Amino acid sequence: MSDNLLNRRDVVSELLIDRADTLVVTGLGSPSYDVMAAGDHDLNYYLWGAMGGAAMVGLGLAKSRPDNNVLVITGDGEMLMAMGALATIAVQAPGNLTIAILDNGHYGETGMQLSHTGRGIELDRVAASVGFDWTARISDMAAVTDLRQRIHARNALNCAAIEISAAEVEKVLPSRDGVYIKNRVKMALGQTL
Amino acid sequence: MPNPSTDLDASDWKSQVYHTLKTLDIKHVAYVPDAGHSTAIKKFEADGNVTSVVLTTEEEGIPYLAGAWLGGDRGVLLMQSSGVGNCINMLSLQSNARFPLLMLITMRGEWAEFNQWQNPMGQAAEAALNLMGVLTWRAETPDQIDDLIQGAATMAFDGDQACAVLLSQKLIGKKTWSK
Repeated sequence: MSDNLLNRRDVVSELLIDRADTLVVTGLGSPSYDVMAAGDHDLNYYLWGAMGGAAMVGLGLAKSRPDNNVLVITGDGEMLMAMGALATIAVQAPGNLTIAILDNGHYGETGMQLSHTGRGIELDRVAASVGFDWTARISDMAAVTDLRQRIHARNALNCAAIEISAAEVEKVLPSRDGVYIKNRVKMALGQTL
Repeated sequence: MPNPSTDLDASDWKSQVYHTLKTLDIKHVAYVPDAGHSTAIKKFEADGNVTSVVLTTEEEGIPYLAGAWLGGDRGVLLMQSSGVGNCINMLSLQSNARFPLLMLITMRGEWAEFNQWQNPMGQAAEAALNLMGVLTWRAETPDQIDDLIQGAATMAFDGDQACAVLLSQKLIGKKTWSK
């Protein structure tokens, strides 16, 4: 990884500028706090558990809401638990789904143990090898801005591994009430409960 | 009095699964293949109004169907009993957020199982589901299929429950191995 690593909060704030009706799914731990820190939103679906499930929640949303942008923001550890899901998602290949992996190479919630990506595994290359339309390893903010534009273009299945600093940041906690968060998304999408 | 189990023959019940699910407005079918589900899988894959999602492991189906429900759609998860163990922690998503979850599980490791490697998970599947709060029903005869799926779907989609219908090995028939 390069020396000047991106700040995770800066990355997530940039990705969510002018998000409009983009649906956002967050993997447990720091990605949930990062998205909350960027501003709570009715179209955010935060996970606090179900490790390995974020990308597949994103796929379900993308397939059921083809006219919405769907953005999954998760960590390297959470995505590593679901490498098979990358294959499942690539088979479906929805053009409205982007997976942004905040990759600090560590398990941040559990004591900063080195993860597989910290030992050299590149998840963007895994996504490329299973057939994602567009993949990238991102280490500067201009590329984050480019990724944001790709989310809104809604014309490809995207996956980016974004190299971020492992430095700790303040925890900004979203609601842990799974029913509330679920119902809030459904109501924002105009569904009756 | 006729035996109700002869109302549908051995091949009909597999089609019945598909037809019953269609009446329930199922839009997404997530599955890990099993011979018992082969007819339903074939029909769903050919059905342009349903998204069929082949999974690498059964646990992917739970967050997939949660996402589809967030988006407003109903789905079903098809798997074999050996896949139940793969789902255990992921069921905490359903449990916390009370997503509807309808699962149809073909059973191995019970009556007439010749491969004992299927027995540990097959024998533990229903209890494991129950431990995680999933409601279960067993179909032993073809005539039970429609009724049990309909009832499970009512409790899932109208009551936000996790519901599984277990299709017993007695129903599916003894697995035959040809050389």
